[in-house]
Amino acid sequence: MQPTSHNFPENARGGLADPVLQTALGMARTGFPYRRQQAVARLPEFEALRDQAKDIKNHTLAHLDYYLELYERNVIAAGGQVHWAQTAEDARRAILNICRSVGAKVVTKGKSMVAEEIALNDYLENNGITPVETDLGEYIIQLRHEPPSHIIAPAIHLMKEQVAETFRGAHGHLDPARPLDEAQALCEEARTILRPHFLAADVGITGGNFLVAETGSSIIVTNEGNGDLTQTLPRVHIVISSIEKVVPTLEDTATLLRLLARSATGQEFSSYTTISTGPRRPGDHDGPEQYHVVLLDNGRSELLGGEFQDMLRCLRCSACLNHCPVYAAVGGHAYGWVYPGPMGAVLTPALVGLHEAGHLPNASTFCGRCESVCPVKIPLPKMMRHWREREFASKLSPKTYRSGLGAWAWVAARPGLYHTLAEIGGRMLGWAGKSRGRFRSLPLAAGWTGVRDMPAPQGRSFHSLWAEQQKRRGAA
Amino acid sequence: MSARDAILRNVRRSLGRGAVPVETAAALSERVATHRRNLIPARAASLPRAARVDLFIKMAEEVQTSVTRVACDADIPAEVARYLAAENLPAELAVAPDASLADVPWGDRPLLQIRRGKAEPGDAVSLTPCLAAVAETGTLMLVSGSGTPTTLNFLPDTQIVVVRAGQIVAGYEDGWDLIRERAANSGEGWPRTVNLITGPSRTGDIEQRIQLGAHGPRRLHIVVVGDVDGNSADGAPSDA
Amino acid sequence: MAEPARVALFVTCLVDLFRPTVGFAAVELLQRAGCAVEVPRAQTCCGQPAYNSGDRADAKVIARQVIEAFAEFDYVVAPSGSCAGMIKVHYPELFADEPEMLAQVEDLSARTHELISFLVDVRGMAAVSANFEHSVTYHDSCSSLRELGVREQPRQLLQSVTGLALRELPRAEVCCGFGGTFCVKYPEISDKMVGDKAAEIAATGADAILAGDMGCLLNIAGKLSRIGARTEARHVAEVLAGMASDVPAIGKARV
Repeated sequence: MQPTSHNFPENARGGLADPVLQTALGMARTGFPYRRQQAVARLPEFEALRDQAKDIKNHTLAHLDYYLELYERNVIAAGGQVHWAQTAEDARRAILNICRSVGAKVVTKGKSMVAEEIALNDYLENNGITPVETDLGEYIIQLRHEPPSHIIAPAIHLMKEQVAETFRGAHGHLDPARPLDEAQALCEEARTILRPHFLAADVGITGGNFLVAETGSSIIVTNEGNGDLTQTLPRVHIVISSIEKVVPTLEDTATLLRLLARSATGQEFSSYTTISTGPRRPGDHDGPEQYHVVLLDNGRSELLGGEFQDMLRCLRCSACLNHCPVYAAVGGHAYGWVYPGPMGAVLTPALVGLHEAGHLPNASTFCGRCESVCPVKIPLPKMMRHWREREFASKLSPKTYRSGLGAWAWVAARPGLYHTLAEIGGRMLGWAGKSRGRFRSLPLAAGWTGVRDMPAPQGRSFHSLWAEQQKRRGAA
Repeated sequence: MSARDAILRNVRRSLGRGAVPVETAAALSERVATHRRNLIPARAASLPRAARVDLFIKMAEEVQTSVTRVACDADIPAEVARYLAAENLPAELAVAPDASLADVPWGDRPLLQIRRGKAEPGDAVSLTPCLAAVAETGTLMLVSGSGTPTTLNFLPDTQIVVVRAGQIVAGYEDGWDLIRERAANSGEGWPRTVNLITGPSRTGDIEQRIQLGAHGPRRLHIVVVGDVDGNSADGAPSDA
Repeated sequence: MAEPARVALFVTCLVDLFRPTVGFAAVELLQRAGCAVEVPRAQTCCGQPAYNSGDRADAKVIARQVIEAFAEFDYVVAPSGSCAGMIKVHYPELFADEPEMLAQVEDLSARTHELISFLVDVRGMAAVSANFEHSVTYHDSCSSLRELGVREQPRQLLQSVTGLALRELPRAEVCCGFGGTFCVKYPEISDKMVGDKAAEIAATGADAILAGDMGCLLNIAGKLSRIGARTEARHVAEVLAGMASDVPAIGKARV
């Protein structure tokens, strides 16, 4: 999808003004943290596992070339094929070629953020192939022609009334009088509608939460079962994933899996965690005849060895989104591309450029809640700060802002001058605000006083009062 | 230059080195071959085997799985008949054609219609064995193979899984070792699919309220067969 | 009580400019904890605005000033988690590319503390002798909570204030939306965050909201005032030092 991250302030205003979105976000911002906290409380080793997970990921990244080659050897040994893709376009073409090679008309899809990143659906459609999203949330937004607003719950911005409206519009052959007031009815309908697509699909495309080098396996972590139907029923299974998803061994994967569902939804484990290795075996009754892995780089190799390397540890669990007060205020669409919230604020500029996505790492108070819940301890605020440093160095931030901060820093480096100005300013504002104790409006401070009062200063600076007090005591 | 070469070259350049040195490659190879376990939570690992069975059942029930215990294979048909009647389900099963279920006397319940093989659209109920059952989170581990079609785990509305008490292990790592052992000894190699199943299918995609039966089975029933010795030689915790 | 210590007060620019009472309350508490308190004049700002805006060069200039001004003291104490966190946690990162500075920076970092955690954890203060006959709720500022681990200490001391009834604030650990320049760069988002915070505070029915950071307090007080809530905002040091009756709450006039 074309990014609109450059329009973040406008997008954010839209999100803040949307009452349905605000209701949906209100539920998410209490529900997710509560459930995660319950899960963490039940597992005494959780903190120790975070440290181990971080180490596993760091080790893998330091030897990523080795593990990628080992992974590839084992995929091939199991009868699968690996397609390396430097760019989104490379990945799209590789997938299209595989689909064409089997004359595919209909493709079912399990949820994949990398597939969103490469804008796969539009590309397939433009090339005469129909992609059918099967994850319930993805199916809903596909019908609505919307992008996902969350990396694990794509339709979290919607209330059930909107889903019902969408289903009535899209499933015109069903009885218009049927009740769709309850979530249960909506789920049933999606299940019924999508089942024939699963059975008819020529190709099934899934993501890959993990790629296990030891065995050449891909892993999907889901709850619905759609990913499993997608990858088991058709003749061809394509995995679209990215290079940093590689994990050395199944034991390493178990450590990461212990953190993933707990961090994401507060579940002990997802309903379906599936390890796939190659196509069906000679004695198997079902399963795909072909197994392909499309391995995407798309800028990740550039992040290795630099100040953003830690971002490659990301498990895409969404804990950072779920605990972020900015995400909770504006919703995922405001971020303007595939990856919202804190992880999106760090990753998006890396993938689409700082010119496009500069607002995202700026729209943060650095409260640090994201980092505190990240299962692999990614220092998200630190990396957002690094983006701000790059912006500052290339003068991308607004001039008024930079000159204001520059003036402050200039004065702050001169204590004598600073103390004089502080005393003068304090006296003036203190005097002006004395009768009420606060200002309803202040010139040059409309950003503040537009929505809140400005408390008046007490009228003297601490340093001047302290100096007077010391003098009195000295003289006494 | 191929995309593969370009990507690997970029990775090495970013890491500030050429290819992995020989000694390092040997160490990495050793690390993979040894596949040492990382920290294992004490929750299941610290329990003796009998208590592990209880934990497995408790964790499975927490995720809306129903569990019944029977003494031996001979009791399975009666339990299945009871369950289907209780859930108002038709007395028809698609059963995994696996050797581990060969001794189940389905003939004792002639009204149960059994079909062995993979699942077909429209199948209401399947019955499968498993490779292992993980007590830590009430998770079943099933592998695909000549006797265990994967579609039995996903197409039908209801899945019944037979778990022998001795198959209940502490953690996922114990399961990996069983897959490795099977790959080495069964003649079937490494399975195309390993399904870790924890409860029936579900979604929270609509207003974050959990609904069961999104696309996979809406009901998961486990029949635990037999028991384990609490104090037997392998009654000790599986891992320190 | 621990042995006498030479403490330098890091005033912070917001205390200096807006609310000197907080500085005097900090001095009072430190003195009661057996510290000899000095206030180096050559201090202005901790450098966080420059640092968080990506201007490492200016941040370093200011930081060097701080390092020099505070070199001689046993401890450096700030009535602010944000400024203490900047010095303690971020100065080492700021100078990570200057190994020759690291020794001094880490030395300063080790000696720097947020006020309340210093009193409790370093000076062993278990209670205060102050009176505040009001119901109170407490907001954890993000730096204090997540950078410095300050959570139990202010609550412990507040429990010892006679007449004070402490009510836990739901979602006390959620950011108030100040974030330094964030509140003016993204004012609508900041407003949403502070609006939610103010509503949650008002809903506790507490007479007063306390916190350990003036940035949060100015933000929260300003919003409470704008929505017409009756809850008064003060810095926790004022209440602990028994000085709350000396001055109006933040944003209130002397009656």
